[in-house]
Amino acid sequence: MQLLAETRGEILIVRAEEDRIDAAVAIQFKDRMRDLTRTDAPRVVLDLSQVSFLDSSGLGAVVAVRKLLGPDRTLELSGLRPAVEKVFRLTRMDTIFVIHPALPGEDGLRDAG
Amino acid sequence: MPDDPQDPGGSQDEVIRLVLRSDARSVRAALRELLVTSPMRRLPEADRDTAEIVLAEVLNNIGEHAYALAGGEIEVTVRHDAEGLVCTVIDRGVRMPGAKLPAGDLHALPPALADMPEGGFGWHLIRMLARDLTYRRMPDHNELRFRLSPDQSSP
Repeated sequence: MQLLAETRGEILIVRAEEDRIDAAVAIQFKDRMRDLTRTDAPRVVLDLSQVSFLDSSGLGAVVAVRKLLGPDRTLELSGLRPAVEKVFRLTRMDTIFVIHPALPGEDGLRDAG
Repeated sequence: MPDDPQDPGGSQDEVIRLVLRSDARSVRAALRELLVTSPMRRLPEADRDTAEIVLAEVLNNIGEHAYALAGGEIEVTVRHDAEGLVCTVIDRGVRMPGAKLPAGDLHALPPALADMPEGGFGWHLIRMLARDLTYRRMPDHNELRFRLSPDQSSP
């Protein structure tokens, strides 16, 4: 499970360098995310722009990560590809995340933070 | 089967049959294989996404529930006809609870983050995206049949 984390100000960006977040890797994904988000960053942005497919197990893992962060931190999503967006939309889980079309540029992120 | 005017070659009769193990890695590999077969390649990309979502949920459900941890074989048959794809999935695991398909209802989202569901999405997705779903419990196997038609992939 390739997840790359980078801190920019108060934002932790995690890039999923995986083609799929599915039943085969959902638990690994959740465990890795738990490790990577052991920081104080109040905002975590998960970049899914390289993920072409996510199933209900992958979705459950993303929701689980959201819950791990607790109510005082946010999990935002970025770069949802069509099949991934469809799964979030049909399950209405798109309503519990802030979803960005793409990762903002460095300046944009600084401003947003 | 009626002639498809857009497919004079008659390849709508082509049937893809694949037997796979029920673990998540094998399901992933089987999806990769199925998605490049000619019935799938003829679908527009959005419909291929839909087909992959439905098949992934159906196959992983069998791995997680019908076979539980023991694992077993799943047989998938995909046929293309004038209205889209017809899929048949057979496993020799335990029957569906009550010998019927789960409702797949999506419940109202709870106000508290801690109560947010982390599962139960699979049957909802299947029911939203597949059509003409039928389930039959046979003496020694489960048979699930459904249709993936182009028109219900963009709700």
